[in-house]
Amino acid sequence: MRLVAEQITVRHPGAPTDALSDLTLSLGAGEIVAIAGPNGSGKSTLMRALLGLVPLTQGQVTLEGRAIDAWPRRALADVVGALPQREEPAFPLTVAELVLLGRWARLGPVAAVSSEDRDAVSSALTRCDVAGLESRMIDTLSGGEWQRVRVARALVASPRLLLLDEPTSALDVGHEMELFELFQQLAADGLGVLIITHHLNLAARFADRLLLLDHGRTLAEGAPADVLRSDTLSALFQWPVAVTPLGDGTPQIVPLRRIGVTTRDMTPPTPKDFRS
Amino acid sequence: MTTHSTVRLPHALALLGVASVLVLVAALFVGPVLFSPHEVLESLRAGSGDAGMIVRTLRAPRVLLAFGVGGTLAACGAALQALVRNPLAEPWLLGLSGGAALGAVIGVVAGLPGGWSVAGSATIGALAAVALVYRVAAVAGRRLDPRVLLLAGVVVSAFAGAVTTALLAIVDPFTFRAATVWLFGGFAGASWESLGRFVMLALPMLGVLWWLSRALDLLALGEETAAMLGAEVDRTRRYVIVVTSVLTAATVAVAGTIGFVGLVVPHALRGLIGPLHRRLLPAVFLAGGAFTVLADALARTVVRPAELPVGVITALVGVPLFAVLLRRSLA
Repeated sequence: MRLVAEQITVRHPGAPTDALSDLTLSLGAGEIVAIAGPNGSGKSTLMRALLGLVPLTQGQVTLEGRAIDAWPRRALADVVGALPQREEPAFPLTVAELVLLGRWARLGPVAAVSSEDRDAVSSALTRCDVAGLESRMIDTLSGGEWQRVRVARALVASPRLLLLDEPTSALDVGHEMELFELFQQLAADGLGVLIITHHLNLAARFADRLLLLDHGRTLAEGAPADVLRSDTLSALFQWPVAVTPLGDGTPQIVPLRRIGVTTRDMTPPTPKDFRS
Repeated sequence: MTTHSTVRLPHALALLGVASVLVLVAALFVGPVLFSPHEVLESLRAGSGDAGMIVRTLRAPRVLLAFGVGGTLAACGAALQALVRNPLAEPWLLGLSGGAALGAVIGVVAGLPGGWSVAGSATIGALAAVALVYRVAAVAGRRLDPRVLLLAGVVVSAFAGAVTTALLAIVDPFTFRAATVWLFGGFAGASWESLGRFVMLALPMLGVLWWLSRALDLLALGEETAAMLGAEVDRTRRYVIVVTSVLTAATVAVAGTIGFVGLVVPHALRGLIGPLHRRLLPAVFLAGGAFTVLADALARTVVRPAELPVGVITALVGVPLFAVLLRRSLA
């Protein structure tokens, strides 16, 4: 299963500039692709475009060679699990009720909820380390639990591709690493995973490919080690950034200070600073 | 990790079903003329005598019609609340009822023979009103803000009300009397014939609404999430709007405008049985039906032998609750 965007351009009605411009991207089975870029660079628009939720001005998005807007939404949701950046349910649900809605594509309008569906809910919750929360109301969850419950919902229908918009925002370091390792496991099991994230260091360690977005255009794309360069990043984020490799050569980003700097702050850390 | 278990009544539907039957039976005893339980039961079996006449041809269809209309309005309210993602929505507040009433009055003034044709003109009125509400709300803001939608509903309601009043001011007294039925909601005109017409129109539409249950669950999560989880958002919205318009028009055509049933009942039940529509819609139908039967029983007894419009009773209960909800939602 392959999701391909070919030279897509998106301009919102009435907007003076393109939200996405001439962008090409593909996501296939077993790989993790990370998308990063400053706020407003078009990351969420890219995700909507990949799902056929915004009209394209130019170019095309295809899934298995078929135009994305020719896919019925239910059939699409059955193979592509997606997580929007934010959501606010209008009425308080239980965790089990919310996660079960992730199986709508399977269930359709009339089928009764089976024990298989319930098992899928609890195993998705277990995978996201929120086991046993089924009967909790979602408005009593902590920010981290809420985020993990939503990831569980994206997984509950066993999709082939996973598109996640900042899945680890609001998570502490431990849970963040846990989710990224889960994504890695899923990719090893054959899922294609696309992650929009601000965490360049985690993208560097987990992603097979990284795409940097700048004002809706691809600034750089490729293996993290090739893409994460201090000059590129400093220009992109308009902030001085040092890049230094981990012991295994994975590049890591250290933002530098501009005010009240000491000599030590200005010195980019060396690999030994990262060894445990 | 602590787990707060939730209050979800497992047998809520069965309990509501039993309560509904009890209310329906009890309401047969209520009216300007009092009969003994024996007389009522006897009349249901045999159907002879004064009691038989009154209970079988007046009270029974009236009670059933009140149940169907109240249940339908409550189901519409629940669906519209999910559609606009706001617990303040209901057919009356969104202008559907006002539009349907105007459509019905125009039909009567134009000399339509009543029955199906008035139901038709009420449906056209409801659809026109909801189209207007959407147009007004969509111009006011880029994204459809539920509060703006409600405001637009109130505005369109007021406009429809003004046109209705203007029409009634210029017609002859006979037409006036025939037309006012739609302004003050009530079941005084209920008959087996009007009940049959209502059931034929409402039942298939209620089936469609129930079929849309899971799509409504998704819509309540928000447009983007719903689409990502597989809902055809625009198509579902159109279905819900058309179905609730037809349903509201069906209620208006047989009982006039009755407000607040669609507001109070879904709000009260969502906390008890959860917001998922496969259970919520049948539950609010039963509860809305029973609530309206009780309101109608009050309406025809508190000022006996005169009758209050049932909409007066539902508004007396509904308006304070609406005020509380509005304050809470704006807080």
